[in-house]
Amino acid sequence: MTVTAAAELSDLRSFLHGLPGVDKVGVEARAAALATRSIKTSSKAKAIDLAIRMVDLTTLEGADTPGKVRALCAKARRPDPADPTCPPAAAICVYPAMVKVAAAALAGSGVHLASVATAFPSGQAPLEVKLADTREAVADGADEIDMVISRGAFLAGEYTRVFDEIAAVKEACGGAHLKVILETGELGTYDNIRRASWLAMLAGADFIKTSTGKVTVNATLPITLVMLEAVRDFRARHGRIIGVKPAGGIKTTKDAIKYLVLINETVGDDWLSPDRFRFGASSLLNDLLMQRTKLTTGRYAGPDYFTLD
Amino acid sequence: MFEYAPAPESRSVVDVAGSYGLFIDGAFDGGKDGNVFKTVNPATEEVLAEVAAAGPEDVDRAVAAARRAFGPWSALPGAERAKYLFRIARIIQERSRELAVLESLDNGKPIKESRDVDLPLVAAHFFYYAGWADKLAYAGFGPDPRPIGVAGQVIPWNFPLLMLAWKIAPALATGNTVVLKPAETTPLSALFFADVCRQAELPPGVVNIVTGAGDTGAYLVQHPDVNKVAFTGSTEVGREIARAVAGTGKRLTLELGGKAANIVFDDAPIDQAVEGIVNGIFFNQGHVCCAGSRLLVQESVADELLASLKRRMATLRVGDPLDKNTDIGAINSAAQLARITELSEIGASEGAERWSPECALPDRGFWFAPTIFTGVTQAHRIAREEIFGPVLSVLTFRTPEEAVAKANNTPYGLSAGIWTEKGSRILAVADKLRAGVVWANTFNKFDPASPFGGYKESGYGREGGRHGLEAYLA
Repeated sequence: MTVTAAAELSDLRSFLHGLPGVDKVGVEARAAALATRSIKTSSKAKAIDLAIRMVDLTTLEGADTPGKVRALCAKARRPDPADPTCPPAAAICVYPAMVKVAAAALAGSGVHLASVATAFPSGQAPLEVKLADTREAVADGADEIDMVISRGAFLAGEYTRVFDEIAAVKEACGGAHLKVILETGELGTYDNIRRASWLAMLAGADFIKTSTGKVTVNATLPITLVMLEAVRDFRARHGRIIGVKPAGGIKTTKDAIKYLVLINETVGDDWLSPDRFRFGASSLLNDLLMQRTKLTTGRYAGPDYFTLD
Repeated sequence: MFEYAPAPESRSVVDVAGSYGLFIDGAFDGGKDGNVFKTVNPATEEVLAEVAAAGPEDVDRAVAAARRAFGPWSALPGAERAKYLFRIARIIQERSRELAVLESLDNGKPIKESRDVDLPLVAAHFFYYAGWADKLAYAGFGPDPRPIGVAGQVIPWNFPLLMLAWKIAPALATGNTVVLKPAETTPLSALFFADVCRQAELPPGVVNIVTGAGDTGAYLVQHPDVNKVAFTGSTEVGREIARAVAGTGKRLTLELGGKAANIVFDDAPIDQAVEGIVNGIFFNQGHVCCAGSRLLVQESVADELLASLKRRMATLRVGDPLDKNTDIGAINSAAQLARITELSEIGASEGAERWSPECALPDRGFWFAPTIFTGVTQAHRIAREEIFGPVLSVLTFRTPEEAVAKANNTPYGLSAGIWTEKGSRILAVADKLRAGVVWANTFNKFDPASPFGGYKESGYGREGGRHGLEAYLA
């Protein structure tokens, strides 16, 4: 940790509360304005391939089985079996119990393996349990960990506790990348989202992620815009590039392209890469494939031409 | 950078004829003496159409038609007049794509603005005033307010159809008839509006459109049978009109220039303030009388804010107005471009520091890159004179008192903006600003229900809202 970061930590609360406010009306208007960009033809084709490469193909169900996870891994490796030019997804994202199965299925593919951990999705478990959860997932082969913050602690103003938890999980990750889920739908205000973003980045997050997908409000454009502004400002101050992952509710190619436009006009090139930006999604991938096929063939194929899972 | 492929709006949705006549008494005809002028697409300098230049006899005919129509029109029950206005509003919505493309062709403004701002507001103004037509007795101007008669209206080129709506909708709702002169460089949308009136079966003579240059406007406002004059445009022409109308008994409203201060305090929401500054000065190429053309920023956050502003300006897309991704279109005319260029050169020679992002401008047409000047003081001409282009003058201040003093230190007083997260400061500062409209944590927001108008050299009278009815009622 840098000296400045340590000094900030000593007065974390005043630092977080000293961040410039976010005007709700303004940020929503800006996101809505960018959503009107018209992305056509060659730029649409590029956007679709980039979006496919950014997908964290996710299954987080109580009903997940090894069979389901293997099928998902196959899909991530080769999303469109009919078209070898179609790029693979960025990663698959599963519960810790499924990491071993996924690791075997993804071996040698270059597709990353993300595991949610730390008592996902509520985060309401003792720290020791969360750390054990994390260590196990990494030991089983996950190279990315998606943790949840304790929203209760954050909302109660116990910033140091949240900071320490993130730092401890980061340590438990070892070489694995850490994505910190802010669960923005439970934070209530854009000001809180900006503060939580900074808190997570200062504590060592490699990525900040919007949501678990398990609450009513998941990723939205304005929430992602606020988080992108935070990673942009963090880089200006600390020189380190933090990734962003909106998750939950992004279902269509049109949605995904709006996010790419947001990156393009807020933080720019450096984030237009799967190393810096991911979509946490499941049904999005098939819509991307459908639009991709439409662009290459000029025809819409029915849903039966794209694999389930 | 993720490049956006061209996304042009189709030009084929609008059918521009080679020539247009005047719209008098419900029909189009050529001018009496056959004079015409050309209107061009400022993005390409291509001639769009030839338009009749109305002479004194044409204006006489138009005013006479409006006078004949006034009796029956003003005698209609308000609810009946409302039906026509609602019908016009609906037709405008139905033809909004066509009218948006036309407006961008003739004016040079980006299609995303004509489509998402101008046209929705035009329809909203007609809907809004249609709603007042049968409720005038409850508007607060007495139990039985009466229309004034024939209104002579002269509008500018920056929002051609929207300014027409601001003028015509309240005039018709209150029972007046109108003769309107659109600007010389942007006559087409008013002529298309004439067609909308025919489609709505508006009685002949209620709306008349006379096209032409400044002399046509001068005949109109000086016409002895015009009872009410409404003008939006430059302070210079506004003064001439005030002089011409003085002592005639004509009612007059003027909406003139501005040099608005957009004040950013150190506790502002910085990212949204940057958006507000960009929207304040670069919206519609800065051809906005209420543009936030003076940025007053608190010294303690000036460096940070300017760095953010420059980074944001580098993402502005300047070019083809019909491309759906264009943020800044063409300057409306060669004359306006010359004025912007001249004042910018004066700014640089007076010692202010000029900056524009790298941006390639098209070879043909009238273009000016978004520009900011830093190190500007109250003594610089670019801090005092209206540039009416995409040029922002940046000044700093130390305390709220200094901000208010500098903001008010201008002969104008049309609008102002305040950026702070502190509610009490918004109220305290807004109270002290001498400007007709004060925006807080936003800029350039318009609504038909909200009155608009200026202090001092920015004019007098209000348009929009309940207040906007007053200018058309006796």
